[in-house]
Amino acid sequence: MTDLIESLVRGLGLGGLYAVLGVSFVIVYRATGVINFATPALMILGAFFTGSFGNAIGLPFWLSVLLGMAVMAVIGMIIERVALRPMVGRPAFSAATVTVGVFIILLIVAGRLIGSELLTVNDPFGLNTVDVLGARLFTIDIARLVIALVAIGIVGLFLARSRTGLAMRATAFDQETSLAQGINVGRMFGLSWGIAAAMAALAGALLTAGSSGVETTVALVALKALPVIILGGLDSIKGSVIAGLIIGVAESLTRTYQPIYAPWLGANFDVIVPYLIMIIVLMVRPYGLFGTKEVVRV
Amino acid sequence: MLAVENLEVVYEDVILVLKGVSLQVPEGSIVALLGPNGAGKTTVIRAMTGLLDVHRGRISKGRVTLDGRELGGLPAPKIVEAGVGQVMEGRRIFREFTVEENLKAGGHTASRADISEGLERAYAMFPVLAERRKQTAGYLSGGEQQMLAIGRALMARPRYLLLDEPSLGVAPKIVQQLRDLIVQIKESGTSVLLVEQNASMALSIATHGYVLETGRVVMDKPAEQLREDDDIREFYLGLRGEERGSLRDVKQYRRRKRWLS
Repeated sequence: MTDLIESLVRGLGLGGLYAVLGVSFVIVYRATGVINFATPALMILGAFFTGSFGNAIGLPFWLSVLLGMAVMAVIGMIIERVALRPMVGRPAFSAATVTVGVFIILLIVAGRLIGSELLTVNDPFGLNTVDVLGARLFTIDIARLVIALVAIGIVGLFLARSRTGLAMRATAFDQETSLAQGINVGRMFGLSWGIAAAMAALAGALLTAGSSGVETTVALVALKALPVIILGGLDSIKGSVIAGLIIGVAESLTRTYQPIYAPWLGANFDVIVPYLIMIIVLMVRPYGLFGTKEVVRV
Repeated sequence: MLAVENLEVVYEDVILVLKGVSLQVPEGSIVALLGPNGAGKTTVIRAMTGLLDVHRGRISKGRVTLDGRELGGLPAPKIVEAGVGQVMEGRRIFREFTVEENLKAGGHTASRADISEGLERAYAMFPVLAERRKQTAGYLSGGEQQMLAIGRALMARPRYLLLDEPSLGVAPKIVQQLRDLIVQIKESGTSVLLVEQNASMALSIATHGYVLETGRVVMDKPAEQLREDDDIREFYLGLRGEERGSLRDVKQYRRRKRWLS
């Protein structure tokens, strides 16, 4: 029983992290129709900046996370303006390929910046635990889930309620018509990259917090967001959250129980569980759990 | 006055679609722009509203001016801010949004107070939309969608409104409603450029009319003169003499007319 609770909470923490990454992908995909493969590099760069503010300057964790997100938002907007804006009107495939290039460049930059040392952010969680119902829960897992839900909630409210959010959704739906309403479509693209990069930075901070330090290559964890957005639907924020949590929990439960019940699958089987889920979803429900099918009058 | 002078537009740098079009929309008027498919009517509107580059077109010669100020080449949002709104062909509403969100998107350039005032105006003008403000716009009927598109364009309080084929795909009864509506829009202080294939509807409310064929303005007269013109009656209103003509009598070669006016 305690095993189950510990495993579930760890999964939910992981799931919150995946959900934030999923939202980062979804925001860019909805606005520009492009899957942003640069997200992992944005994440690790975000972790680096958060760590720098925390360790080198000594700012409190919360402040350094917010500053890291702000710095990455600016970087995201610059990347959009320089590398992606010229691709407007070209096939989405070409633009997605550009993001792969951006990913490689940023990853090398991040590698140089971080160097050979382990990256840490100056977080208050560490390996602290709390006892609930006899189970020992890591505070970082709870913090990941709560922070993720709050951050995604803010982004969701912004998109649903604010005027700029409406303009961003309009741009996602029909660029030419949005132009005709006086919406500056280019600015909306930049904004979506800014938000996406900030979310990636948050994910980086949450990933690094509670660990004894990460390497640059840990960026590839962000690719777990691909199964998340496929399960949730490429254009649904709600879908990202639910799918993120499902995949996080599935991975965590597998890690706990697979060595006991199915040891013949080998070690580290949990790592591939998200991708297995992705393949199954693609076969059964290619638009995901919450992806929109087009609204048509019959 | 919104005016176009000697406008030439090319698509993809090779296809010359407008070959020197001039037209004027004076303040407080409804101006009709008639013409068959492919004449370049929509291109005129795109050139006036900055949407050419979306379609890989550009103005190669001529000017678009608003009260003498050059608009040609400005990005579309700037033109909306300058007071020129449009309803695009095929309505182009945001189908996945609610009715109210569509209207709010139309008021993107307006201030917060203007948006709530504009919403009230739109709902007063279109009671149907008020009933359905929380419904998904994609499920409205064609006529309702057209009204939503017009209401959305009016949210920015344009001084000039360009309407591209509002009667397209709309029931005849609704066409009558749209007609009255366009007059109402003019009366409330927004001048209208009405691009139409439904010539009898357009000429019945317009003060002035232009006929565009293969990228040239071939006729430019006050609307009542156009209504009396024999060629317009035959080719655009389907009338011959006093009788309503039969399509059987229309000879294709007669259509290849040279316009000498």
